[in-house]
Amino acid sequence: MIEGIRLAGIVAFIAFGLFFTFVSTLGVIRLPDVFSRAHTASQADTLGAGFALAGVALALGWGATTFKTVLLLVFIFITNPTAAHAIARAADEKGIEPWTVDDEQTDVDLYRASNASVVADGGSSDESDDASEGGEQE
Amino acid sequence: MSPISGVSIPDIALVAAALFLVLAVAMFYRAIRGPTTQDRVLAVNVLGTNTVVVLALLSVGLDEPSLLDVALIYALLNFLMALAISKFTVERGGVL
Repeated sequence: MIEGIRLAGIVAFIAFGLFFTFVSTLGVIRLPDVFSRAHTASQADTLGAGFALAGVALALGWGATTFKTVLLLVFIFITNPTAAHAIARAADEKGIEPWTVDDEQTDVDLYRASNASVVADGGSSDESDDASEGGEQE
Repeated sequence: MSPISGVSIPDIALVAAALFLVLAVAMFYRAIRGPTTQDRVLAVNVLGTNTVVVLALLSVGLDEPSLLDVALIYALLNFLMALAISKFTVERGGVL
């Protein structure tokens, strides 16, 4: 009885961990921007790793190994969002502009903007989005 | 003493480790084709977290508790790698 509940708990924890890690992987691969990727990597991946390590801690039972697993879980919960924050802040200080809905920047545009040493004229193409339709014709 | 129809805990851990490994390999796409350096660092960071989880699951699946020490050291080095690269790719970066 107790063993069945424990097994169900382990399976549920690991399944939740797999689900959230899958969401994180999908987000890092599919999202358009380094900032949104940092966001999904800091939240969904931390939750996925936390659930999976909780399942491992439940599977190991009482002992020193469980203490190590809980230590690992706490460490990942603290450091993973911190690392994602540092990476996002480094991207901001590098001059990478965040992706918004208005300007249709794709991965290629972000790549070109990141290769330029000084991103000076990033806003010139953006503000001409609304005016270019009527402005160039006249 | 396999509780439910021959499914044991090490088998579950091994299957979960394989699935986590598939997700970690999928992260190589962003690490290789990331447009910016920060994308690559982020992908390698997430990949390292997945590796830590895989090591912890393998320590259950293969019944080797020493793999947890490896996972602990890997998590420490992973965090240090992410901080160091994000600090040194920016000039006078005050990240964190």
